[in-house]
Amino acid sequence: MKVIIPSPLLSYTKQLKEVEAEGATIAELLKDLNRRYPGIRFRMIDEQDAIRPHMKIFVNGEQVMGLNIPLQAADEIHILQALSGG
Amino acid sequence: MKNAVKAPAQAKAANSPKASGKSKSPTTSVALLVATKKGGFILVSDPKRRQWQMRGPMYLGNIVHHMMLDPRDGRTLLMAAKTGHLGPTVYRSTNFGKTWKEAAKPPAFPKAPEGQKGLTVDHVFWLTPGHAGEPGVWYAGTSPQALFRSEDGGDTWESVSGFNDHPMRLTWVGGGGDGTPDGPKMHSVIVDPRDANHLYIGMSGGGVFESTDRGADWKPLNAGSRADFFPDPLPEFGQDPHCVRIHPLNPDILYQQNHCGIYRMDRSSPTNGNRWERIGEKMPKAVGDIGFPMVLHPRDPNTCWVFPMDGTQVWPRTSPGGKPAAYVTRNGGKKWQRLDNGLPTEQAWFTVFRQAMTADARDPVGIYFGTTCGEIWAGTNEGEKWSCIARHLPHVYAIEAVELPQ
Repeated sequence: MKVIIPSPLLSYTKQLKEVEAEGATIAELLKDLNRRYPGIRFRMIDEQDAIRPHMKIFVNGEQVMGLNIPLQAADEIHILQALSGG
Repeated sequence: MKNAVKAPAQAKAANSPKASGKSKSPTTSVALLVATKKGGFILVSDPKRRQWQMRGPMYLGNIVHHMMLDPRDGRTLLMAAKTGHLGPTVYRSTNFGKTWKEAAKPPAFPKAPEGQKGLTVDHVFWLTPGHAGEPGVWYAGTSPQALFRSEDGGDTWESVSGFNDHPMRLTWVGGGGDGTPDGPKMHSVIVDPRDANHLYIGMSGGGVFESTDRGADWKPLNAGSRADFFPDPLPEFGQDPHCVRIHPLNPDILYQQNHCGIYRMDRSSPTNGNRWERIGEKMPKAVGDIGFPMVLHPRDPNTCWVFPMDGTQVWPRTSPGGKPAAYVTRNGGKKWQRLDNGLPTEQAWFTVFRQAMTADARDPVGIYFGTTCGEIWAGTNEGEKWSCIARHLPHVYAIEAVELPQ
């Protein structure tokens, strides 16, 4: 499925803003994303499997708050990073 | 990254005694590894330390807390970094900054069992190469206070369970609210050059701790150092050491710049080998003995430099009176000399963070510090006269000096 990558993570995807990844849940999708682009998951998800503050994940335009969210093959995933601070 | 220094064949940590020695015509350069709030930089001198060339930025926009050279190979650099919102990581270069690659497994706590709340690394704060006899070993201190070890040159990191899972850890560190405004930190990770099993750590807050079994167990080492912010000002632990240093040629001599004064310990003393002696009371009363950094002379264990800050009332953490100065003692703290020749004489409100002051190993020793307002100053005659060698940088967090072949 299509995954939209925020600009701070483009260094992992060779500057690709849209990439493909697979998984039956958000957790599986992020695992696959990390397999394709090593290191990208830990910048978004901490070691206790929590989405880091200021990182947000949307499925078909709806924000999801956890990793155990089921996905369909046609879903579109947007990963966002809030832009704030100085 | 392709914007770093030309890769020399080998570099040496400038505070390594092997890199030292009087040289009328040096053939090497000094490089300063500069960590800032917005990226890493490398300042390279000419052989006489008169002209400096800036290289970088590296990883622009990343909060870089520390950049360190591996003195065992003279080529490997590690950089502790994160951005404002992305998680923490470590970048590695095996060619002195010519190219960089992210660590495959950055420092992180183990996943907590289901239903339990686990710790998360906010940022890697301190990097220390391991013992000379243990190539590839590195240590990292983090926020919150925790210790991690790599045995493959910084590519993968494991939690040092002997500290991170110690049943007293939470009591020692006092919870997340007891740290610095930027988060509680483990810093000053020190490996005794005589014994790879002998480690020291400093924690803000928590105090100084020691391990004699390579990190399997730890004991407080705070007797004599004050914690004036507690009801009991001389507790067993809970102090706030800002910077702890061990002398490379006489590792029985320790110094610390603490939240509550400047201290020295002589581990060889038959009566006070485990007790800190406050040596900052001989500082001028109007300046006091509060500050962040502490720098030791690479050869003389009785000589060290500090950079005092205003620690009164609400702790402005600025140069006292807006008049910045370093101070040096050459007799283990019995007397202190003000070193401000060349520095601004008024209305200068910067300060110098705990990792942002360092020394090279030349004779005379070069002293360098970076400021909260993005300047780097050099005193290549042991601080007798200061010159600003870089300005307009981001807030400087750390500086390390290394020696580069031409």
